[in-house]
Amino acid sequence: MGQFLHEFFSPFDFLRSVPQVWSGFKLNIQLMLVAEAFVLVLALSLAVVRGLPGRVALPFRAAAVAYTDIFRGTPLILVLFMVQGFATLNFFGLSADTLFRNGLIALVLVYTAYVTEVYRAGIESVHPSQRMAARSLGLSYMQALRYVVLPQAIRRVVPPLLNDFVGLQKDTALVTVVGVTEATAQAGFYSSDFANYAAYTVAAIFFIFLTIPLARFTDHIIKERERRERAQAV
Amino acid sequence: MSANGSFVSLQGIMKSFGDLEVLHGIDLDVAEHKVVCLIGASGSGKSTLLRCINLLEHVDAGTIVVDGQTITGTKIDVNRLRQKIGIVFQAYNLFPHMTVLQNVTLAPRKALGISRSQAEGHARALLRQIGLEDKADEFPDRLSGGQQQRVAIVRALATGPKLMLLDEITSALDPQLIGEVLELVRELADSGMTMILATHEMSFAREVASKVCFLDAGVIREEGPPEQIFSAPREERTREFLARVLEAGRL
Repeated sequence: MGQFLHEFFSPFDFLRSVPQVWSGFKLNIQLMLVAEAFVLVLALSLAVVRGLPGRVALPFRAAAVAYTDIFRGTPLILVLFMVQGFATLNFFGLSADTLFRNGLIALVLVYTAYVTEVYRAGIESVHPSQRMAARSLGLSYMQALRYVVLPQAIRRVVPPLLNDFVGLQKDTALVTVVGVTEATAQAGFYSSDFANYAAYTVAAIFFIFLTIPLARFTDHIIKERERRERAQAV
Repeated sequence: MSANGSFVSLQGIMKSFGDLEVLHGIDLDVAEHKVVCLIGASGSGKSTLLRCINLLEHVDAGTIVVDGQTITGTKIDVNRLRQKIGIVFQAYNLFPHMTVLQNVTLAPRKALGISRSQAEGHARALLRQIGLEDKADEFPDRLSGGQQQRVAIVRALATGPKLMLLDEITSALDPQLIGEVLELVRELADSGMTMILATHEMSFAREVASKVCFLDAGVIREEGPPEQIFSAPREERTREFLARVLEAGRL
């Protein structure tokens, strides 16, 4: 027991590793913020493409479906290795050395696929009569989507969306496999330098503290909505 | 005005959903400033017919002419057309995430490109007319069904349509709320708005309609002035339908 406590919770190693792990964790935060921004926009565009009507849009719809199928089905760690491999071909300004960018791309590819499905579910949950009412007023397809369907759809999917972002925040740790020296990597360095695992505990605590506000915020939104819906039912 | 003097002219309208044939050759003429009531059992095609006139449904065959313009052609700007033809639905279909004022100003601002202040001024004037100006900044779920439906009517009026289609707009309302909605429709009729309305309110149809059409199995089985249709229906099917409605009214 004493051995265990020493390995994971040694106050000395705990405090000594904090600056090093924190220096890596700043990368996790950057990855998370930039990835979330890209995912929000790309996934919404993809969800809209998936819902386009008519024969002409069929290839686009099919491409969007193929995209989500592929990137939801492939483990993130594989996508990371593959993007890193692709980067060595030096396309699009990528190289084996653009580690942050490579990791970011893999995160965005995978999470865009998840979040596209979340948006899509939201769009489909808006009753068709809403779109019909908007069209009947003379609004175009895109106007009906923008002013009537999407605002309602997005409001409904905020909780599952934030849930996916909690996942994304944690998965920034996986980017370590392509060599980004983020918190997990730094904790690893510390533990091999000083033969003590407390740095991993520190990294874990950082991640937990990052997700708790988001998780509470999600709970709050759900509760708020339930309260409002109950008020409506009365 | 089309050649035969009617504002709306329907000829041979056919519409199927898969194997289900809903409209089986509808001919109908509506003169300007007149009110035509469509009566008939649920499923007789009233709603579908109204939706076809607004091009919310594509007709399989037949022509629709509105205000001299053949709207069933291929090169028609449906968005422009729909601004001239207002439609109100049974379920109101107000936008729940927008205030009453935003509901009413959305189409004028985004579809017609009218400035916000101008659109809001017009919307407030319309809401004042129906006594709902104080609800302008409320969300629809704070309004009663009758108020919501009146807002829906005003929303349809906001783009300045020349034809209004009303699709059983009182069917979802509690009996005590029907009156206020019908009152608004009556005022519209008095102001000279051309209207086609599908309704189950026979006494109202009798009062405001210049022509009543009885739809049955996708065709207009009988049409005529309300006194004739309600007092001396010629067709057996019309008599049966009216007898059923009367019976339901007694219960």
